[in-house]
Amino acid sequence: MNSRRLPPALPVLTLLAMLGPVVAGLWGTLLPAFGHLPAAGLTGPSLDPFVELFDWAGLPRAAMLSVTTGLGATAVSLLIVTLITAGWSGTRAFRLLERMLSPLLSVPHAAAAFGLAFLIAPSGWLARLVSPDLTGWERPLDLLIVQDTWGLTMTAGLIAKEVPFLLLITLAALGQTDASRSLAIAQALGYGRLTGWLKTVFPRVYAQIRPPIYVVLAYSMSVVDVAVILGPNTPPTLSVQIVKLMSDPDLAMRLEGAAGALLQLSLVIGALVVWRLGEVAIGALGRRWIAAGHRGRLDPVIRQTALGLGMISALTIFLGIAVLAIWSFAGYWGFPDAFPDQLTFRNWLRHGPGTLEALGETALIAVTVSLVALILTIGCLEAEYRYGLPVTQRGIWLLYLPLLVPQTAFLPGLQTLMLQVGANEGRLPVMLAHLVFVLPYVFLSLADPFRAWDVRMGTVAAALRASPNGVLWRVRLPMLLGPILTALAVGMAVSVGQYLATLLIGGGRVETLTTEAVALSSGGDRRAIGVYGLMQTGAALVPFTLALLIPALVWRNRRGLWRG
Amino acid sequence: MKHLALTAALMAPLPALADVDPADWDAVQAAAQGQTVYWNAWGGSTTTNDFIAWVGERVAAEFGVTLEHVKLTDTADAVTRVLSEKQAGENDDGAIDMIWINGANFAAMKEADLLFGPYAEQLPNWALVDVESKTVQTDFTVPVEGYESPWAMAQVVFDYDTDRMKEPLGSMAELLEWTAANPGRFTYPQPPDFLGTTFLKQVLVDVLPDASVLSAPATDETYDEVAQVLWAYLDELTPNLWRQGKAYPATGTAMFPLIADGELDLSISFSPGAASTAIANNELPPSVRTFVLDKGTIGNASFVAIPYNSGSKEGAMVVANFLLSPEAQARAQDPEILGYGTVLNMDALAPEDRAVFDALDLGVATLSPAELGTVQPEPHPSWMTRIADDWVTRYGVAQ
Repeated sequence: MNSRRLPPALPVLTLLAMLGPVVAGLWGTLLPAFGHLPAAGLTGPSLDPFVELFDWAGLPRAAMLSVTTGLGATAVSLLIVTLITAGWSGTRAFRLLERMLSPLLSVPHAAAAFGLAFLIAPSGWLARLVSPDLTGWERPLDLLIVQDTWGLTMTAGLIAKEVPFLLLITLAALGQTDASRSLAIAQALGYGRLTGWLKTVFPRVYAQIRPPIYVVLAYSMSVVDVAVILGPNTPPTLSVQIVKLMSDPDLAMRLEGAAGALLQLSLVIGALVVWRLGEVAIGALGRRWIAAGHRGRLDPVIRQTALGLGMISALTIFLGIAVLAIWSFAGYWGFPDAFPDQLTFRNWLRHGPGTLEALGETALIAVTVSLVALILTIGCLEAEYRYGLPVTQRGIWLLYLPLLVPQTAFLPGLQTLMLQVGANEGRLPVMLAHLVFVLPYVFLSLADPFRAWDVRMGTVAAALRASPNGVLWRVRLPMLLGPILTALAVGMAVSVGQYLATLLIGGGRVETLTTEAVALSSGGDRRAIGVYGLMQTGAALVPFTLALLIPALVWRNRRGLWRG
Repeated sequence: MKHLALTAALMAPLPALADVDPADWDAVQAAAQGQTVYWNAWGGSTTTNDFIAWVGERVAAEFGVTLEHVKLTDTADAVTRVLSEKQAGENDDGAIDMIWINGANFAAMKEADLLFGPYAEQLPNWALVDVESKTVQTDFTVPVEGYESPWAMAQVVFDYDTDRMKEPLGSMAELLEWTAANPGRFTYPQPPDFLGTTFLKQVLVDVLPDASVLSAPATDETYDEVAQVLWAYLDELTPNLWRQGKAYPATGTAMFPLIADGELDLSISFSPGAASTAIANNELPPSVRTFVLDKGTIGNASFVAIPYNSGSKEGAMVVANFLLSPEAQARAQDPEILGYGTVLNMDALAPEDRAVFDALDLGVATLSPAELGTVQPEPHPSWMTRIADDWVTRYGVAQ
């Protein structure tokens, strides 16, 4: 009996599932970008698509918006997270913030963006709450806040969503950096808590969280749904323009769109290079700062500010969800009333059936994709364990690779390619496209607990004549129930939030809560958006709740196993 | 290899129309049984979505046709899709069975032979359609020739909040004066949104000394002359628009919440009954009313077209015919439901059907057919394509 047998195809399959669509999509983008789209009767190579793209008067601004919103959102959210962790990790306030932020991680970007828009518009909830008593505004000011020309609101929306993500990533990294002893020594040498942390712990943490930061940068630069809801429109960001070009009835526009997609890709690569150079520069400055020996007089002020910013970012999403909930039950709600005239179930009765249908589709896709991702992940991790494969930094970058390629660069190409080979759009291709984004997150979520599992348990089980498969199925996986369910929940939340992959690859036939909600944004019906936004948030949050509850129930008599 | 396969697919002849004969209605109905029709229709309006869902229930119950509403943000998406399918050689069962369409999208599809037909005038309910006084046989001056079937009439009206704006306006020149006195309280959807481009057309139809130039295709000379008038008007209007024209609402319905918020006093709509419907749905304050300009406003019909590669053409025709039934038309006209104008000829209806229409309360903000006045014809689509493009360059990339 070859007891070590394990489908060797699993790791290969995993790589293929993650990278195959990305590579194929980029290929499908490259040819049309250089004028080669035989389907439209055009054969290249030619540079016309780029000439047309550069002829568009909005291009400089659209490209700039993509860069500024992306770099801005990444830098500010990293700054907030770093300062909060530096100033507060290990305190009660920090645990509170952590507990507030973790559920926010799963709030879909589109729902968070709608919430922010309903909050901070001149006629938004914040203005309503204080008008007219404090402000004297009987009518909303004619101020460009949402969809502002500089993309500041869009950046703010991205920051509010990226802060929870980066904070949880940082927390995970913190566990492996021996932070508390370093900090204790620094403080014993008279350093402030914040300065001491930045000087001793941060460099080690940053080295670990670098890949996810690059992911945040690439994502923020090419996001479509948040940009549609919060971003400017005169002109829009480059990614939104690419999607617009791709859906123009004039096929020649697809070439221009493909050229735009390549430009988007090079912008992202450029921004990553700039970021890398910034790391070097800050590293050099940081070393001088460390050597200078300042103990950190401003620490208390910075600490409080950081906590304040973190709280604001969490509150923004909470209040955003709250105002979505109010709109979903609102009767007539004029300005400057703080609350609607009456609350009614009418909106839910009207839109409920539609949301249920979309929920079914959303759940079917999310569950299937996350399960497949989970099986592949466990297969890879188990292979790594049985064959003693080393975990390399290169392997980790491979995981992040599909997340580093901007969605707008490869999804349109994938759509064109699928049509050319005669593959039908529909649920299955959408699932495969989702898998590209779900797999890395499921893997990252499960890898650490899986590897941290005490292998002596396996040795004991083997001594009791359990086969390697027996160890896996009867010892390791049951013990890891909590982390496995969490990984599933993470995968489902990622799948629920997918907009572009569902829209383009589904060819409009696959209607999930996210595509429906974003489609509603153009109509501006806040009651309907409220209903869909809430359902979307629920669809992402419920799996997390279950991931907490189920282990607690199953292992109610084995407290040590609740969290794996 | 891939390219070879693709080329081969493109070279294959398109399937002949012979597989369905619209005139043999019994055969059509029999074939429609059990078919699923994917209706690609703009999905930004919840009232329209509800109406389409109702149509789905009715055709399922009566004809065994399953209707799926594919909600679009832009009808052009559906056109692209059919085009891509044609390139990919998907000639028999494309993703789209029916499109809510008119204007430039129809012209593009008809010209590229992407539509099934003619079928519209063979539908049994075509006999009830008002071909005399409703523009259902031309679509933006392009002859329809049975390649799309009408289902609703639309006409430009202005929606205004009487609490904040006392008098309706009589012309586009008056609009300019009013916005100068009330900056930031009017806007229009961002072209190329269809209502946004309609506003631009409405400006032209109203301010041009002779608007008949618009019914012929635009030439370089006529275009320059006409466009100059438009840009002069917009240059004066834009600084006084909502947000100084630095942002525009995405669509017409997105302006209703802005009126309810008090951000806008005045907006434009392409559905005379939409304001009443929105009041009923709590989306507009009850003080909103509508008006049309002294010289009248632009009107057109909404159609449904069937792509050449639909695999459920019979089902789609059954739906198109049902949309023309007095039952569906009366429901669409009910402001509590949709508030769209009917395409039917009241004199052609049976007395009991007509009674249903007569009994409709059009709603507090809806003008009567007489008050709606003269319907101005749509300009030739060539105008709009050029104007929308130039609008984007001039105002769509504001610095």
